[in-house]
Amino acid sequence: MELTIKYFGMLAEVTAIHEEQIQIDSCSVAQLLEKLKDQYPKLGQNDFKVAVNQQLVDHTYSINNQVEIALLPPFAGG
Amino acid sequence: MKSVFVQGAISSEFIGQSIAKHQTKTSIGAHNIFLGQVRADMIEGKTVTAIDYTAYEEMANQKFHEIREATFAKYDLTCMHIYHSLGPVKIGEICLFVFVSSPRRKIVFEALEYVVEAIKADVPVFGKEIFEDQTHQWKQNT
Repeated sequence: MELTIKYFGMLAEVTAIHEEQIQIDSCSVAQLLEKLKDQYPKLGQNDFKVAVNQQLVDHTYSINNQVEIALLPPFAGG
Repeated sequence: MKSVFVQGAISSEFIGQSIAKHQTKTSIGAHNIFLGQVRADMIEGKTVTAIDYTAYEEMANQKFHEIREATFAKYDLTCMHIYHSLGPVKIGEICLFVFVSSPRRKIVFEALEYVVEAIKADVPVFGKEIFEDQTHQWKQNT
C-alpha cells in the first residue's frame, strides 16, 4: 500500500522534508516508526504523536489502507 | 468547515470590529475575550523576537470545530469566535483571539477558560521561536 507521511515543526527539520509517499505492507504504527527511524535516525530523539487520517492513534494501531499519517511534535498553539 | 487561521498577526482593528458586529445581537449581556500575545522570552541569553506558526491545518480546523461543538454543548453561549495566526507574529502582537458571548456573565468566564485550555492541549499548531540572531528553537505549551 502507499502511505502519505507528513512531518511538522522540528520533525520537518530533522527529515528535511514536509511530506513523502512510501510503499509498505500492512503494519502497526510501531512498525512504521521503526522503518522511518531507520531512514531518519534523529527522529528517535524527538517527542511526537502520530495521527492517522487526522485522528491521534497509539503505537499498536494497525495501518491497513491508503491513509495519511502525520508525525506531530509538541503543540504550541496560542 | 470555516478556517480559524489568519495570516500573520491579528490586528486590534479586527478585534474592535468583531466586538462592534455584536451590537445587533441584543440578547447578549456579557462578552469575554482572550488575546494571546507573543512574549519576548529570554532563553539562554537570547531574546525571542517573533514566533513563526505552522499547523497541520486540516486536523487543526477539525479540532477547532470539535472544541466549538463541545463548548456549545457544555455552556449556554450565544456565539463564539476563534482566530489563530499562521506565519510570523512579532513580539507584542496578537496570535490568538477567542471571543465568547452569552446572556449572563458567569458562563463566559468558565467557557473562555475551557476553550483556551482545549486549544493549547489539542490543536496541532507548532511555533518556531525566532531569536534576534535568526537562530530558533521550537516552542512547547506547558
